[in-house]
Amino acid sequence: MEQFQVRGTAKKRAGGHRHQAITGVNTSGNLEILVERVLPDRECLVDVTTAVTGFRAIWEAVIQEFFERSSPGGLRFSINDGGARPDTVTLRLMQSARLMETEA
Amino acid sequence: MIDWQKQRNERNARLNAGSHYASGKMVPPESAKALLEAIIRPGDRVCLEGDNQKQADFLAEVLAGVDRSRIHDLHIVQSGIVLQAHLDLFERGIARKLDFSYSGPQGAALARALVAGKIELGAIHTYIELFARYFMDLTPHVALIAARQADRDGNLYTGPNTEDTPTIVEATAFKSGIVVAQVNEVVDKVLRVDIPGDQVDFIIKADKPFYVEPLFTRDPASVTENQILMAMMAIKGIYAEYGVRCLNHGIGFPTAAIELLLPTYGERLGLKGKVATHWALNPHPTLIPAIESGWVEQIHSFGSEVGMDEYISARGDVYFTGHDGTLRSNRLICQAAGLYACDMFIGSTLQIDLEGNSSTVTPGRIAGFGGAPNMGADAHGRRHPTAAWLKAGREAADGSAKLIRGRKLVVQILETFGEKNKPNFVETLDSVAMVKELKFDLAPVMIYGDDVTHIVTEQGIANLLLCRGPAEREQAIRGVAGFTDVGRKRDRKAVEALRQRGVIRRPEDLGIDPLAASRQLLAAHSIEDLVTWSGGLYQPPSKFRNW
Repeated sequence: MEQFQVRGTAKKRAGGHRHQAITGVNTSGNLEILVERVLPDRECLVDVTTAVTGFRAIWEAVIQEFFERSSPGGLRFSINDGGARPDTVTLRLMQSARLMETEA
Repeated sequence: MIDWQKQRNERNARLNAGSHYASGKMVPPESAKALLEAIIRPGDRVCLEGDNQKQADFLAEVLAGVDRSRIHDLHIVQSGIVLQAHLDLFERGIARKLDFSYSGPQGAALARALVAGKIELGAIHTYIELFARYFMDLTPHVALIAARQADRDGNLYTGPNTEDTPTIVEATAFKSGIVVAQVNEVVDKVLRVDIPGDQVDFIIKADKPFYVEPLFTRDPASVTENQILMAMMAIKGIYAEYGVRCLNHGIGFPTAAIELLLPTYGERLGLKGKVATHWALNPHPTLIPAIESGWVEQIHSFGSEVGMDEYISARGDVYFTGHDGTLRSNRLICQAAGLYACDMFIGSTLQIDLEGNSSTVTPGRIAGFGGAPNMGADAHGRRHPTAAWLKAGREAADGSAKLIRGRKLVVQILETFGEKNKPNFVETLDSVAMVKELKFDLAPVMIYGDDVTHIVTEQGIANLLLCRGPAEREQAIRGVAGFTDVGRKRDRKAVEALRQRGVIRRPEDLGIDPLAASRQLLAAHSIEDLVTWSGGLYQPPSKFRNW
């Protein structure tokens, strides 16, 4: 078990008005993400709790690139990870940010 | 005085020896060993029919059990080293030399036998390359083949799994060789004549039907959302962009996802009738929804697929069938169609290096090639233009050449990480290390980088046709390699510049919503759904049944 935070600055506020969304499942090789619109417009933050230790550098790279690709300003992401591959993490993050732009 | 009929005389002597165990052409199964010992000579080139699908398994067992004081040092020339009996031939010293194409499930055992010096390896071929050599320097003296039915004259009905049989028999029978067939049943009149009786010397009714591997069945339940995302990118960024009508798919899950998205996502993009209409393809169950939705005009197949026989017979306008109504497959002809008449090959692989070379060799395993290198190669002898082929050629030429030739689209589609988090992008292919260990003259490369036109990963599409020079090519590959070491070592500025030029396209550049990459988008979610789509005609083998 390992826990850490990755902070970033987004180019713009995430679209939509949804306050909260949840996606994915915390099973082996997958992950669950809770997204909340609780931060100032340009800030973003990911809280990671992962079952697999020793991959913090890759997590940070994946998350920083996600901040650039998706610009999720104002969103806080809480990840419960069951050992997902980086490609799965990227997809779930992109999906969760998009979910916040949709109607609840 | 030169004797110009040595081969014919030799054949007659062997036939004579074999005839002691036969009544006409019929040999009882208990005499099979004696027959083979009578007609095979030490050092013979023998083709024991077997590829990635059908197997002459009864004859393989018999050959592996012959008296090695009588038969030894055989040179095995066959498509597949797939059965335990194939390796037993070498373990027991019945065979010594090997030229083959595909080894799939025996890849690890084959590598061990090579290291132990049990096998003298000629070469690993592609299918049509090995077939071509049957007519040059690897003509079999004896062919041991498999069919469903025989009549008393030796006419054979292969059933839907015709596959390699006509090619093997052509090479053997017309060069004074001997052809022995194992059959499932002997009948008065065969359903259709796949192999004429005068090309077949002996018939043995085996104790059970010959084995066929369901190699092309992919369970929709196992398709992941990243594979769906890649499939969407391929359909929108390549199929639609180039207007690809004639094509071949590999056997991986990403291409199965494409097959399952044609009637949903493809339909939404308005592509029906415009792309993916003509196929060189085995009867993939995952293509059933697209066929039923009217996407597919016709399919020619290398072999058949277990459980698809009734569906194929009921869709005679789509598949090539005999007058009896069942599928007629032919590996040589379908490979030729894939090489010369397809505008695109798209398939998965296990490793790609920085030049785009790809390999399915993993440490300690020699899987062989099968047909992919021919499907995934630009045919330099091609002369007929199509819109897709010309567009690819123009992109590669950059408008600079006076004379522009077309290019086949060769697409590699793979996730950046494979099983157990192993990166699929590497600096050096595992096959390069294996060459040193096994002292091969040539590194086994499935598809050479200079033939690859596009790489699709969950990160995006890299269009290698648009790359100018090896440095750009390397950055384009790194740019879709995600968070593998190769991907993380990319030059971010260079990759961004390639993205601006459309050399790299991310899902967002293609207007693909990651939320749409959901399993809901698949036309079928399970094998059971495929059965429903087929109106109950598809009968999946038991290992794929979970209801």
